[in-house]
Amino acid sequence: MEAIKVQSVTPNDMPWKIRYDASRCTLCGSCVSACSFGAISPKIERRRMVFSEGEFPEPKQRFSAVPVIRQVQSVTHYCRGCGICEKVCPNDAIGPDRNMDTRHPILTRCLGGESIKRGGRKNLESTARTLDKIRVGRISQMTDPSLDAQRHTFDLLAPFGRILPAQKLPISVDPQGKLQSDTKMPPVQWIYPVVIGDMSIGALSWRMWEAVAMAVAYLNEQCGMPVRMCSGEGGVPSRLLRSRYLKYMILQIASGHFGWNRIVKAMPDMVEDPAGVLIKIGQGAKPGDGGLLQAGKVADHIQAIRGVPKADLLSPPNHQGLYSIEESVQKMFLSFNAAFKFRVPVAIKVAASATSVSVFNNLVRDPYNIVGGFFLDGIDGGTGAAHEVSLDHTGHPIVSKLRDCYMAAVAQGRQGQIPLWAAGGLGKTGDLAADAFKMMALGANGVFTGKLILQMAGCVGNDMGRCNACNTGKCPVGITTQEPQLVHRLDVDRVAQNIVNYYLAMDTELKKLMAPIGNSSLPVGRSDALVATDRGVAEKLQIQYVC
Amino acid sequence: MCRIGAIKSLNYTHPSQALLLMQSQQKGHDNSGFAMIMHDLGGIFESYKHLPTLSMACTDEGLKLAEDILHAAGFQRVMQWVPETNPQPGLDIIAMPNYVFETFDYPKAYKRSADQKEKEELLLDIRLQLRAALEKDEQGFVYSFWPDVVTLKEIGDPRDIGTYFNLWEADDRFTAKVITAQCRQNTNYDIVRYAAHPFFLQGYTALANGENTFYLKNVEFQSKLHRGYIGFESDSQCFLYSLHYVHRELNWPLSYFKHVITPLPFQDIERHSDREQLLAIRQSLAHLEINGPNTIIGVLPDNSMFTCCDAKKLRPVVIGRSEDTVVISSEVCGINEILPDRNWETDIYPNEREVVAISNDLEVQRWKQ
Ligand code: SF4
Ligand code: SF4
Repeated sequence: MEAIKVQSVTPNDMPWKIRYDASRCTLCGSCVSACSFGAISPKIERRRMVFSEGEFPEPKQRFSAVPVIRQVQSVTHYCRGCGICEKVCPNDAIGPDRNMDTRHPILTRCLGGESIKRGGRKNLESTARTLDKIRVGRISQMTDPSLDAQRHTFDLLAPFGRILPAQKLPISVDPQGKLQSDTKMPPVQWIYPVVIGDMSIGALSWRMWEAVAMAVAYLNEQCGMPVRMCSGEGGVPSRLLRSRYLKYMILQIASGHFGWNRIVKAMPDMVEDPAGVLIKIGQGAKPGDGGLLQAGKVADHIQAIRGVPKADLLSPPNHQGLYSIEESVQKMFLSFNAAFKFRVPVAIKVAASATSVSVFNNLVRDPYNIVGGFFLDGIDGGTGAAHEVSLDHTGHPIVSKLRDCYMAAVAQGRQGQIPLWAAGGLGKTGDLAADAFKMMALGANGVFTGKLILQMAGCVGNDMGRCNACNTGKCPVGITTQEPQLVHRLDVDRVAQNIVNYYLAMDTELKKLMAPIGNSSLPVGRSDALVATDRGVAEKLQIQYVC
Repeated sequence: MCRIGAIKSLNYTHPSQALLLMQSQQKGHDNSGFAMIMHDLGGIFESYKHLPTLSMACTDEGLKLAEDILHAAGFQRVMQWVPETNPQPGLDIIAMPNYVFETFDYPKAYKRSADQKEKEELLLDIRLQLRAALEKDEQGFVYSFWPDVVTLKEIGDPRDIGTYFNLWEADDRFTAKVITAQCRQNTNYDIVRYAAHPFFLQGYTALANGENTFYLKNVEFQSKLHRGYIGFESDSQCFLYSLHYVHRELNWPLSYFKHVITPLPFQDIERHSDREQLLAIRQSLAHLEINGPNTIIGVLPDNSMFTCCDAKKLRPVVIGRSEDTVVISSEVCGINEILPDRNWETDIYPNEREVVAISNDLEVQRWKQ
């Protein structure tokens, strides 16, 4: 008998255990070749068979070598529970089972001496979502009739850009008694209230990025929905920069400034202005942490677009300035406004934090009127790569923070001057329309979403630790990887179609929510339309408590 | 439900006409109150047009408080009219002890050097001060303090309120060229005298029929816009404040009021000749939008009148006119009552995208949004 080595890694230590039925397995090998994490491999097992042939028991034994599939015993090549093996197995012979007794978080740290990194989302879910404790409870009846979601027209647009208070508008009355504009106003784009969040080309595979861009173009040009997509930090392909589709794109700059060289160089050749510029200060999923693209994902085209060698690409946690972050952000705002000759709105994205209201107040009171949007990202947002400890334990929920910012604006009579955009776990239950609607009633002008877009594309990850391997470059469905054989798993047309269809469904659902409260334009700040079934939530958000 | 009505005439008209106008629509309202504002006054007020008249309902103590404040501020009373009341038993009215209509001359310093605007700000400040002082224990309700304007509001059956104030019998002592009226108390919420329209602020009067679903948005925004935007006892007060803000504070032409409260859909703005301005309005004044069923009647400081409704015409009005009078009413039966001989074919049923404006010589204009 072998000595027991209790320190060895076995499947029982892993978050997922492979369930394998040798009697159903035809040894086609599909699962092994499909598993992008190398978590399963073929193995020969020695089998002993005892048998008796005569009329009387006369046991004999026979040994055979049987090929089987088994789980790799490694803390690096561990099963992510993605279920791809199960998907490809023709005989239902294999699949992952969640292992409640996993020791993986401890083992990985012990064996490697390194902090755990992963992608995906927060995986510590302790309480029900705040948004699910809120209902649309003020229904129009009798004196103010509900609208008809099919028959009436609805104005589903949200502002992106700095909005001046009416008394500061450069407007005067001409001799004919009509209003005329005296000087130019800050640029404002009216866009669909659900922006596709900032996911960089690099974090995403080129096919995924292309699919999103295709969906956006289709929604704009065929469906009449002015949906905008944010590039994420990592640049934009030159061809797109020089195309007319640039107008659907919000360009992002973050602390690493990746891709901006190329953007700046393309400026003279741009035939359209971008929809906007978004300066990313922080991200809800890993606040206080900069971007991280692991070397494994820095493929040739990523090196070209970003102008970098193949190495881990880290964006610093802060925008570096001579004097302060504020100063450098201020300069960035001025220079981006100037770069596009004050035709393109420039907004800021920050991670929700206990200090968000102060940051917002600073921006809303800035005398230059240059901040064209406050994108607030909560803890439940996703990320391509982060340290697990940041992902699970840092950050601030979005709902109350968004509300706080809106109420801060109300207290100053400045609501709407810097449009509020919220994100962070919206659409987690699959129903983005309801979440978006509730956020708007609480004061958001619009919302942005990233993770849900990945899910539309076929991401198999979830909040309970499934997959979340976006950082590895081994995305099993070709979304967050640059490996050609994985990327080709993604059907670009199908993904684009899924996104378009989701948006169309969501559009109907938003109208279905607006109609019963009798509103044909977005109910921004209509918290009177909401009720909460939880006292704490009601009190914090200043909405009616019901039971 | 509300019913609203307004009369604008070349001749001085007695409030009995307003009662008649509203009485015939009584099935549509709930007979819980009556309120009216008169502009361009005749009769006993005619020779005091340039001096402010205080309209207030109060207790004896309230009256004293108010007079002390006015006195301290340097106002001198030049005229007082106490309506003869007729407190028969069985009348459905919750009357206040005193109804005060007093006209004052401005404080000396203002008479000498203040311009019109300064006087107007003073009048508002004083009214707000009076209102605050009388608020405690409901010692009084201060409705208006403005030249050439009086307000009367009371809780009860409009017919009985008319009887109580002797308003059913026409005379030429208490008349006006513009009378707006409404027959309902605020039965949705608490019964508060301030909650009955018409509402008044610095020469502007507004009354509305409907439900303002953007009430909260309007209130949150307006509370910070101007010191006079207070109370909000009724969701319709918001229309008055928006009107005041657009027309007086921003000094924009009246036609843009409609663009503020019921902005055109974006696709129509894109095609509009005022595209840039309309977008700016929609952006900057998004919180003044109304988005529910409403009809509004407004009177401007120059005594011209207008009406417009919500963007889906969920609450209509009708406008009827004769040679010397224009009447706006929720229901046409009201107009039939007081202008029975008019040419019905000239009645106007305003559509959802227009403002109907009535000038002082009764010219009726329809402005398309
Ligand atoms: S579930 Fe995914 S990671 Fe696990 S073995 Fe199957 S394919 Fe590999
Ligand atoms: S399927 Fe791809 S995108 Fe989804 S969690 Fe896994 S690695 Fe990330």
